[in-house]
Amino acid sequence: MKINILKIIIFSFVIFSLSVFWLGLKIDNNYDTKSLIGSKISNFQLTEINNNNQHISNEYLKKNKYTLINFFASWCAPCRAEHRYLLSLSSKNKKIKIIGINFKDKKINANNFLKELGNPYDFVGQDTDGKISISFGIYGIPESILVNNELTVIKKIIGPIDQTQFDDVLKIIQ
Amino acid sequence: MKKKFIFFIFYFLFLVPLNSNDNKTELLEIYKNLRCLVCQGQSIADSNSDFAATVKLVVQDQIKEGKTKDEVYTFLISKYGEWIVYQPTFSKGNLLLWIMPYFIFIVGGLIIFLIIRKSKSIKAN
Repeated sequence: MKINILKIIIFSFVIFSLSVFWLGLKIDNNYDTKSLIGSKISNFQLTEINNNNQHISNEYLKKNKYTLINFFASWCAPCRAEHRYLLSLSSKNKKIKIIGINFKDKKINANNFLKELGNPYDFVGQDTDGKISISFGIYGIPESILVNNELTVIKKIIGPIDQTQFDDVLKIIQ
Repeated sequence: MKKKFIFFIFYFLFLVPLNSNDNKTELLEIYKNLRCLVCQGQSIADSNSDFAATVKLVVQDQIKEGKTKDEVYTFLISKYGEWIVYQPTFSKGNLLLWIMPYFIFIVGGLIIFLIIRKSKSIKAN
């Protein structure tokens, strides 16, 4: 009887360990911050890149049905790749406003970048030391966050916007 | 006057560096518990990445504002999820993770106890 109890305990323990191991293998270990979808944007204040007296805050987001917050920099190659989608989004649709947040960049380089590729942004804010990016849960650029006028995160795009992401955003805001 | 002067000298020589060391130790402790999300298995303390540098700035700011270690962790968890801290917080979701070591310890102990008792009874017989 004692042996049976011991065997049952060892057998259950092995089964349990194997189940945990099997479940662990099935879990997707690629980290992303998509868990932020559905959460509210915390309070922020952004200063315009060329005018230190011009600011926007959460109130700006409440005025628009949808706002896409895009983190970019002139030194970021994938930002160049996604830029045409941002331009297309801003020209095609009036339901969405686009805020650009210039991440750890020089003002002159950012302005040249926008002059060269076009400016899709309704407001360009500066994040010289990157601290603002942390309050938005950003860990690399480019990253974009689609929020509605209730300040809820609808979609997070980690990496450059591609055709699929662009179509998704269009579908959401239609 | 002389006493005051001696006190100020003592304060600036010993107490001020002591306080700043305390602050540095606390910051280092926080950095060590934060995972660098863009590095391979490094903490914020070990990493020189852009992301780690920015997180360090934010942590320094929050500690200067008077926030506690737990408040800093709560803020970063709300932005990056539980994955950013090496030591997870106690919640329903990770209850198993916290209980498991104690469970294994008790079950392991029970198994060893039963094995020893069994071998003793065999020897006695």
